[in-house]
Amino acid sequence: MIAARGIRVRLGRKEVLHGVDFAARPGEVTAIVGPNGSGKTTLMRALTGEVDYEGTVEIGGQDIRAAKGWELAARRAVLPQATTLAFPFTVVEVVRMGLMTGAHGDDATLPSRALAEVGLAGYEGRFFQELSGGEQSRAHLARVLVQVWQPVDEGGPRWLLLDEPVSSLDIAHQLEVMEIVADYARRGGGVVAVMHDLNLTALHADRIAVMQAGRLRAFGPPAEVMTDAILSDVYGCRLRVSAAPEGPAPFVLPHCAAPG
Amino acid sequence: MAADTALAAPIADRRPRARRATVGLAVFLAAVSVASLAIGASGTSLWGALSTLATGGELSQMERVVLWDIRLPRLALGILVGAALAVSGAVMQGLFRNPLADPGLVGVSAGAGLGAITAIVLGGLLPAAMVASVGNWSVPVAAFLGGWASVILLYRVSTRRGRTSVATMLLAGIALGALAGAVSGILVYMADDRQLRDLTFWGLGSLAGANWAKVWVAGPMILAAVGASLLLGRGLNGLAMGEATAHHLGIDVQRLKNGAILTVAAATGAAVAVSGGIGFVGIVVPHLLRLATGPDHTHLLLNCALLGAALLLLADVIARVIIAPAELPIGIVTAVLGAPVFLWILLRRRGMVDL
Repeated sequence: MIAARGIRVRLGRKEVLHGVDFAARPGEVTAIVGPNGSGKTTLMRALTGEVDYEGTVEIGGQDIRAAKGWELAARRAVLPQATTLAFPFTVVEVVRMGLMTGAHGDDATLPSRALAEVGLAGYEGRFFQELSGGEQSRAHLARVLVQVWQPVDEGGPRWLLLDEPVSSLDIAHQLEVMEIVADYARRGGGVVAVMHDLNLTALHADRIAVMQAGRLRAFGPPAEVMTDAILSDVYGCRLRVSAAPEGPAPFVLPHCAAPG
Repeated sequence: MAADTALAAPIADRRPRARRATVGLAVFLAAVSVASLAIGASGTSLWGALSTLATGGELSQMERVVLWDIRLPRLALGILVGAALAVSGAVMQGLFRNPLADPGLVGVSAGAGLGAITAIVLGGLLPAAMVASVGNWSVPVAAFLGGWASVILLYRVSTRRGRTSVATMLLAGIALGALAGAVSGILVYMADDRQLRDLTFWGLGSLAGANWAKVWVAGPMILAAVGASLLLGRGLNGLAMGEATAHHLGIDVQRLKNGAILTVAAATGAAVAVSGGIGFVGIVVPHLLRLATGPDHTHLLLNCALLGAALLLLADVIARVIIAPAELPIGIVTAVLGAPVFLWILLRRRGMVDL
């Protein structure tokens, strides 16, 4: 269980989160959506301990402010939205950095298995900086997977915290990555993901947190929060939610026509 | 796509190559060490002395002085200074995530230089008895204190609420370096002719004044710093992906920064104190090793210590023999050899992956 209570975050003089309560359960994919500037990424950064915040964040009942860095690293792995890399490391050298926590011994095959999982088999010896943006994003996902490879260990469920994991990917790889993530949750791990694509979110998320102007506007299963009224209001444009032709997932269409 | 470029060809796991490099560099260092002991202006033969010792004979006074009091401390100092400069460069580059970072950048060298110049110029104003009691330690000690003071000042300026801003630190380092340079300039203006020669010699860097006292001043500090740097490897690897990602990987980023700064201050301060401003070792050595075996700091730092020591000794041998019986300041040799290598690296890598 990840539980955040009364999260307030101030960036400079502006308060960008005004007391957010948020919770995510293991075995589920919890998505955070909302328009640009609504505080999605800031909420994620509070969950990872990257920004100073008021309130409390607990992972598995432990306050993250009281936890040591390596304790947190053994419980959760974080995929940031944008990354840099300073020196010419190869892909496998980057993925191997996920092994640094030592929580799973030094399984030498793990980096290659993770790369195969994200569709980058055979990329081990390539220079990371020569990959395309989408390939770099998937290589980082492999690094994150290596860090918390087993979804559940003796310390309880482990967590993937992903900030826009599919934004730079083509549609096939978006589906592939979301499937990897959903599978991680099915095997008992927890997933929190900041998402942009509402349809992809509806397809794969068990619960959706909808952010609006630094507050949590709605929080619940897709069918509950993905309504015409909520989404149109949050995004400030007319949106129509329909049922997908196959399966129960709702889908969203922009409605550009005049109101009525 | 990247697959078309030559560099995109998959390269094998670089760790075995790095381990072989460690062995090779250790052998190289041993060979250069022997050369450094055997070659010198006096014509004293290392082999002659060794065969004398092997047959149970006594060394002549000349042999003892040349080998024990001149060449051996110079060898020890060369190893210490070369390792210190190369490791300081690699740690700074890792900390700043910039392959062009160098201890010179953060004002350590400038601060140490100011300390040394102060000691040389103002030392003459002190009472003779006081100067005699400090002896030839005053310059190294002052250089060391200057280096430390500048790092501590820099650190205070760039750390807010326990977090060190690398960008602030770089900019503040440039400002402090300029200030130290200006004050040094004033002191140089005040210096007399004899002091000016000392200053020039010191500023170019040299191992010529090597003696056991200097080895004892610099040795413990440099060995401790180089040893401590070997613990920073994994952290610096993580830091290459940014502070946030390093934190997510479980690295105590603030402690890593503290360790890196202390390591560099100790190693550079001690090295500059005993040998002056020897340039390019801290930039060229890590670059060469990154090209050969990759940027993984878990092997880069140890290999930097070995290659830095060996190359500095080699430069010292060249400095001693090229215009024998006189000798060049070693800083000239490292600059003449290092600057073209540095430019070559820049040209070779231009337009390809980041250095």
